Amino acid sequence: MALCIIGCGNFDRGDDAAGLLVARRLHALGVETLGAEIIEQSAGSFSLMDSWFGFDHVILVDAIAPRGTPGQVQVWKAHADRLPEDVFPCSTHAFGVREAVELARVMNRLPHTLLIYGIEGKRFFLGAPPSPEVERAVVSVAERLVMWVSDSLVQTPKRPPRDTFG
Amino acid sequence: MSKQPTRTIKVETLARVEGEGALYVKLKGDQVQDVKLKIYEPPRFFEAFLRGRHFSELPDIVARICGICPIAYQMSAVHAVERALGAGIDPAVRLLRRLFYCGEWIESHALHVYMLHAPDFLGYPDAIAMARDHQATVQQGLRLKKAGNRIVALMGGREIHPVSAAVGGFYKAPSKSALKDLVDELKWALDASLATASWVSGLDFPDFEQDYEFVSLFHPEEYPFNEGRIVSNRGLDIDASEYEGNFTEQHVQHSNALHSVLRGRDSYMVGPMARFNLNFDKLPDVAQQAARDCGLQVPCRNPFRSIVVRAIELVFACHEALRVIREYEPPPVPRVQAAARASTGQAATEAPRGLLYHRYDLDRHGLISSAKIVPPTSQNQKRIEEDLWHFVNQVATRPAQEITWKCEQAVRNYDPCISCATHFLRLHLERD
Repeated sequence: MALCIIGCGNFDRGDDAAGLLVARRLHALGVETLGAEIIEQSAGSFSLMDSWFGFDHVILVDAIAPRGTPGQVQVWKAHADRLPEDVFPCSTHAFGVREAVELARVMNRLPHTLLIYGIEGKRFFLGAPPSPEVERAVVSVAERLVMWVSDSLVQTPKRPPRDTFG
Repeated sequence: MSKQPTRTIKVETLARVEGEGALYVKLKGDQVQDVKLKIYEPPRFFEAFLRGRHFSELPDIVARICGICPIAYQMSAVHAVERALGAGIDPAVRLLRRLFYCGEWIESHALHVYMLHAPDFLGYPDAIAMARDHQATVQQGLRLKKAGNRIVALMGGREIHPVSAAVGGFYKAPSKSALKDLVDELKWALDASLATASWVSGLDFPDFEQDYEFVSLFHPEEYPFNEGRIVSNRGLDIDASEYEGNFTEQHVQHSNALHSVLRGRDSYMVGPMARFNLNFDKLPDVAQQAARDCGLQVPCRNPFRSIVVRAIELVFACHEALRVIREYEPPPVPRVQAAARASTGQAATEAPRGLLYHRYDLDRHGLISSAKIVPPTSQNQKRIEEDLWHFVNQVATRPAQEITWKCEQAVRNYDPCISCATHFLRLHLERD
């Protein structure tokens, strides 16, 4: 089973860094030694299909829009169900995680399983630090993912050779 | 006399543009009464952030202005500082900067042609819906964009907000073999760009032409990226140092982006159509022939055909990237040191969306005492509104939903980058 965990976001925009912070924490916790690959994705959602190319199982972590409960975590089985609108903050040219996932669904480019962990953010302005609520959620999500990876992966094969995505 | 009804069309948030803006159109009967392109994304004050910073920090800071065209910001910035400091660059660095810009044009134009503008012409609300019926086409667009991303990642150290550009050159110059690794994909990209041009030339274009003043860089020997005089089809021919004497920015109440106009004249257009019309004979034969095959004539005055012009610039950028890679020999050192001195430097380069002007005043320690940045969308903003004044009259008898669609398409002709301009669209259509 080839598994990768993708942390999305922008370190310069407060809680938008949530996914990246989870990825860094997983890296620090040595999750890669269990056989999972950790990917930080700040290059825009158009690159997501390339990031998960070659993996059977993908977990994507990103910040989601404020709903009054900062730090709350929601999980979607994106391989099975369409993602809700107006949950993920839009990225460049209004093309965010939801648009990338739905485009991949139309183009048959989704991995076998795609779980999306959404961490509800509170502040997204330029230069803001992450909110304490999101910092706590980052720790919690990372712990859940470590346990999930430990339970799921017995020494997994590494990612298959990367072909050119065309 | 019967009272004519007034209709108001509002697009509260413009889709498929970079940044946040809205559009307001007021009609009395079938006549336009008012058009406002409202850019409400807050100002980002980058020019103020730069004060007190050393010029060496400049490329990394200005790259943060835009996720789509960071190279343009870096190039205008480093050229302006090099002009201020009298720093020359190695010819190999000059070539590498052209390659860097090719990468940005390829990724930006591919994104706009395939993902943002083509759905308008084909009747889809977005690229996802378009992909259901045109999967191979969207796949081609994504691969083209990725070809540009690869150049940017190699040259800039990473795909987004690249970090390698420096005053005097690059922090690291690529090896010949690293560049050669790009060749096969760029050859594919050149063929795909020609196919793109052929495809988009067959789309339906509204019969709409305007008498524009086109403004772009002009270089005597090459299609412009980093160097050249600022020229127009109405006689403007100036050095970048004369920009502020010839152009001025005006604040309008409904927009957080300044409207740029030519002093004593009025609005003007920058971007692919301006470059194409003013520099057609500098395009390589393959791009000139592709333009002729697409039925493009010089001057092209129909802004809806800008999608075809972008495709021609894709052909150019892929061809140019291959040329640079063929001719490249690594420089002896990737960058020359520039000594600080009190000075002022201005430069303009060609971002994918058009002319991007920077000016920096430096003190004797190399610290920036003032900065001025005029992005292409700010320069096109007044022209976009004027297009809409004329275009809405052509479609005013149509249902509000269709008017809204057409207006958004007309705005997207310019591939506006509102985040840059504020440093785009909600449509509000009102009828009496």
